[in-house]
This record gives sequence, C-alpha cells and structure tokens, in this order.
Amino acid sequence: MTEFLLNICHLDAYYGKSHILQGIDLQVRSGELVVVVGRNGMGKTTLLRSVLGLSPVQRRGEIVFNGLETVKKLTHEIASMGVGYVPQGRLLFPSLTVDEHMQFVCRNKKKESRWTPEEVYNLFPELRQRARVNGGRLSGGEQQMLAIGRALVTNPLLLMMDEPSEGLAQIVIKRVEQVCRHLVSEGMAILLVEQNLEMAQGLADRAFIFYNGRIAYEAPGDTFRREREKVGSFLGI
Amino acid sequence: MSLILLMSILNGLTLAALLFITASGLTLSFSLMRVVNLTHGAFYLAGGFVGLSVLKATESWIIAGLAGGLCMAALALFEERFLLRWARGNDLIETLVSLSIAIIIGDLILVIWGGYPKTIAIPQALGGAIKIPIINLPYPLYRIFMLGLAIVIIGGLWLFLKKTNFGITIRAGVDNFQMVSALGINVRRLFTSVFGLSGFLAGMAGVIGGTFMMLGIGEDWRILTLTLIVIIVGGMGSLGGTIVGALITGLIYSFATAFIPEFSLFVLFLPVAIILSIRPQGLFGKEV
Ligand SMILES: Nc1ncnc2c1ncn2[C@@H]1O[C@H](COP(=O)(O)OP(=O)(O)OP(=O)(O)O)[C@@H](O)[C@H]1O
Ligand SMILES: [Mg+2]
Repeated sequence: MTEFLLNICHLDAYYGKSHILQGIDLQVRSGELVVVVGRNGMGKTTLLRSVLGLSPVQRRGEIVFNGLETVKKLTHEIASMGVGYVPQGRLLFPSLTVDEHMQFVCRNKKKESRWTPEEVYNLFPELRQRARVNGGRLSGGEQQMLAIGRALVTNPLLLMMDEPSEGLAQIVIKRVEQVCRHLVSEGMAILLVEQNLEMAQGLADRAFIFYNGRIAYEAPGDTFRREREKVGSFLGI
Repeated sequence: MSLILLMSILNGLTLAALLFITASGLTLSFSLMRVVNLTHGAFYLAGGFVGLSVLKATESWIIAGLAGGLCMAALALFEERFLLRWARGNDLIETLVSLSIAIIIGDLILVIWGGYPKTIAIPQALGGAIKIPIINLPYPLYRIFMLGLAIVIIGGLWLFLKKTNFGITIRAGVDNFQMVSALGINVRRLFTSVFGLSGFLAGMAGVIGGTFMMLGIGEDWRILTLTLIVIIVGGMGSLGGTIVGALITGLIYSFATAFIPEFSLFVLFLPVAIILSIRPQGLFGKEV
C-alpha cells in the first residue's frame, strides 16, 4: 500500500451539536498538492481545523499523520509533528513585528533546517525591508507572505493553506501559486483550500469538492481540469 | 501646604510603582487566559509575610524579596497546573476557584503570622533621609529606593517582553493563543509559566509594599481592589496602559488619603466610573 502522509478516514466534525463534516475520507501523499474547493460554508476550514484539533471543533474518526494517529493529540503536538498552517484571514499577531513572527517560532529549531527566517526573506525579498514593521501594518500581499513564512519556519512536512488568494491582486496570486509549485518541487506536501478555481485547477495534483460537509467529487488533477461543467455545477458557477 | 502637596506626589509615585508591579502580572495572566485571578491580593500579602520571616532569619532584605516572590511563584504554578487548568473555559468555576484559594491563603496567614499588622524592617543601609535637591526637602531614603527598584522592575519586564523569545511568545499568545499552539508551541506550559511569573511579581511586591506600608489582614483585598482599578483604568493587556493606570490610581489615592481620608475610596472609583462610561475598554485597552 502507498504510504500516505495524511490519511483521514471517516472523519466527523462538530461545533457543539451541529454536525459539520460527515464521513470525510481524504489522503495526501508526500510531495503532493491536494486541492479542496467548495462554496462558502461547506466545511473546508473546518477540515483544516479538525486536522490540527483547534477548538471549538470536535472530531471523531481517524486522522493518521506520518504514521501516527492524531485525533487524541493536542494542537501543538500535531503541529510539531510537521503540520504547518496558513489560516484563512492570515491571523497574524498585531503586536509582533515581521521578524518576531518568525523568530519565536523557530527558536528551538536547528540551524541547518531548510526554512529559517533568512530563507523566508530570500523567498519573499519584500518582507526583508519590512522586518521591523508590525504585522498589522503590512499590505494584504505582504501579510499573506508573512503568514506563509511563519508556517514555513516550523519546517513542516505538510503545509495546509486556507484560501491564500482571498483578497489579493492577480499578480500576488500568481506569486503565491509559484511559491506553492516551488515548495512541492522540493518535496513538501500541500493541502490547499481555495475558492479561486483558476488557481485550484492550475495547481491540483488531486482535487476534492466539498458540499454540505461531504465529499461530492474527487478526481486526479487532469480530470479536475477537464471536467469544467461538472466541477462548475458543484460550485454553482 | 506645599509640603503636603510634594509629599503626596512622592507617596503617590511610590504607590503607583508598587501597583504597577502587582498589576502587570495580573494583566498578563488575564489577557492570556481570560481569567481574573482573585488570588493575586493574597499572593501579595502572603509574599510579604514570607519576606518578613525570611528577613528575620537571614537579615537580608534582597533574599527576603526573592523568597517572597519565589514562594508565591510556586503557589501560583500549583494553582494553575492543578486547579485552574482543570476548570479552564468555565469562567464561573475559574473565578470561584481563585476566590476560594484567596480565602484559604488569608486564613493560613492568620494562623501562621497572627492578626496583628506588621511591617518589614527597613534595611539598615537605607535608613535615614536624603535631601531632595532643588526643593530641598528631606524624604526617606528607602522610599526613593523602592521607587527606583520598581522602575528597574518595570524596565526589566519591558525588556523581557520585547526582547526574549519567551516574551515574544507571550505577546503572540495574548493576540491569539490558538494560533500560537498551531505553530507547535505548548500554550498550556506558556499559561502555567505566565501564572508563575505573575505570582512572583505579586509576592515580591508584597515584600516591597510591606516595607513602606502595613502587612495585615484586609491588606490583600485592598491591594487587589487597587490593582483591579489600575487595570480597568489603563485597559487590559497593555503594559503602557498599566503604567498610566498605576500613576492615576497611585496619585489620586495618595492625595485623597492626605486631604480627604474619609472619601479616599469614593474618590478612587470616580475616575473609574468616568473612564468606563467614556471608554469601556480602558484608556489604552483594545476594543473587544
Ligand atoms: N465556530 C463555529 N461555531 C458554529 N458553527 C460554525 C463555526 N464555524 C463555522 N461554523 C459553521 O460550520 C459550517 C462550515 O464552516 P467552514 O468555516 O468550515 O466553511 P468554509 O467551507 O471554510 O467556508 P468559507 O469558504 O466561507 O470559508 C458553516 O455552516 C458555518 O456556519
Ligand atoms: Mg473557510
């Protein structure tokens, strides 16, 4: 059997009594870019929060990451197993400078790690000039770069990104797309939640469409790119 | 007349410095964990009494101050790790737990150190008075020392929060502790250590305060009240706001006790009422 980096089986997720995700089966292999699309409120963010066990999501089912069952683990334990998170809306820390965002995260990491703040600045040179600026003062594009950088310095095996293109100009979206390709070419796995269909189709090795907390469609990237009408019908386009 | 005025200002500044130390710990733990730790006043008083006993045994004021702080840090670590963590997320239970521990500590103080008010002896090197230049007034040397010590602690705390990784992590946690945990950082341990730090500051403040004021039953609740006023005036979670809040509270309290002692508490709550009606989040607090 192929080893999955992330293997989600029969996942149910709840907010209190409301049953949001129902029987989700989803896998990500090492070095693979998996895309999740779906309309607003279909449960995409809930999926990513479930993987990390972020409250108030309650989850039931199996989530195996890198060979270890994680449903009973705490958020910080799962994150340190190698799950990086770029949340929807970026969620930067308003009282921290750009530098501080990355400095405190990578404190315990070894010098020879692939991703250091220095390497993030090489990837996003515009951040270097803003190193001493507070996170809240950045432009939308810079904020997204910092959110990605902050996740990278944890040196994750899997990077989960939640709608990174939201509210960004077309050129910046292209930048993010390039960065995703680059990371995957280096062997990182990416689980990308996107509403921007063009970007999703451009990047997907495999795609899932969420509909009301269930997987309504699953296909390899090429099929996903070809079946425009079927895909459009799930997304209401 | 102008003599009383100047004395009131100096006394107000010393009290403000003391209140800053107690309030900074309380506001840190509140903004991180959203629990108002009502045990804080008891940490102050118990820390002071521990310092009193240690001073008798060692005759070193510095060791007494550290001992008061460290004992209360240990107590605070215990409270967070074994009692509050278990109640996390339930505000009512958390508040009741911290209230109960405050009452228990208060009773234990009564048993161990008795009901008579006591004062920590002024370190010998700091006896006597110095003439304050320009205005040419004598002022007790140890009070100047307390003021200086408090300013050093303020500076140290500031550097700690700005420059160390631990401090940066605390600030990030105040902004969004879930996001901090999603970066692989153990926020439970962060909570416990900040609680311990807060207990340390309260206990050490007790030794400082016990040297220029009384240590006695009821002092725990008086300091807690003043500390809460500082935080409400300055705004939760802002160190700059805590400094301003401590200055306002310390000066008003000192002037009120000098000129209209019967009304000192009333006069204190007046600015609180005014500020809350204009800026409910406090002068420097973030809007919620
Ligand atoms: N904290 C919460 N408590 C209760 N219900 C929630 C909570 N967060 C989200 N929901 C509900 O869960 C469902 C799924 O939300 P989710 O955020 O996962 O959707 P999404 O697919 O990410 O949508 P979007 O594209 O708008 O980000 C929605 O119906 C939403 O109303
Ligand atoms: Mg979402």
